[in-house]
Amino acid sequence: MIEPIHRIAALGDATRREIFGILAGGPSSVAGIASRLPVSRPAVSQHLRVLKDMGLVTHQTVGTRHIYRLDPDGIAALRDYLDSLWERALKDFKAAAERSFTHGKENSQ
Amino acid sequence: MTVTPTVMPEAPTAMSVKKTVLVEAPQAHAFAVFTERQGTWWPLATHHIGKAAAQTAIVEPRAGGRWFERGVDGSECEWGRVLVWEPPHRLVLAWELNAEWQHDPSFHTEVEVRFVAVGPRSTRVELEHRNLERYADKAEQLRTALDSEGGWNQLLQLFAAAAATPA
Repeated sequence: MIEPIHRIAALGDATRREIFGILAGGPSSVAGIASRLPVSRPAVSQHLRVLKDMGLVTHQTVGTRHIYRLDPDGIAALRDYLDSLWERALKDFKAAAERSFTHGKENSQ
Repeated sequence: MTVTPTVMPEAPTAMSVKKTVLVEAPQAHAFAVFTERQGTWWPLATHHIGKAAAQTAIVEPRAGGRWFERGVDGSECEWGRVLVWEPPHRLVLAWELNAEWQHDPSFHTEVEVRFVAVGPRSTRVELEHRNLERYADKAEQLRTALDSEGGWNQLLQLFAAAAATPA
């Protein structure tokens, strides 16, 4: 069982998030992914290994090519990511709303 | 008019994120800060989609209004639009960002925010980001389209036919 927090961490990296997004659009080879990003193939392979270890993507070998695709369960990671985004955003919203309300009261007194 | 969901069991694949936060401020103030002053609290440094650094986030105060970020260079990037505008109680936004964090007006998930007054200076804010299963559906649709006979195979055949036609 991979903890959601680790999946969030895996998607915390901008390049890995882009790779995850590309695979959300359909299966791709390492070369296919590398052609769409300003990143070398070895770097893409490295990121894919992390995503695979986190259960976000799966891969199969077709001839000499490695084809990666989104793990069906991996979509849960996107949910985890949005969960952390809203957690953070609402915390900041609460602080801003309370701060501006308190200031407004002080100013009107 | 807003659409009330009919009573039916939630599809097993339906996915959403639900959050609740208690704000020590009146309902109308909480609604105003969430909408008119979104740029004062949205984590823009880490959560924006434009190439330029984001200066602010804007929700236009009406149903059908735009929801977008404005960069420090004045450029604007759409995030989505306002589906329901019911100040100071309720807001529903269409989040039109696809899994690649690109704006796609043909795709959206919904963010509903309810502002419940629990006291004169206290508001419970309930947020639900729903339809997340659409990300999976979209990925599956694309995959099927690309894998099928009518997908790339057909396009390649059309291309081959066109290329073989003398100009």
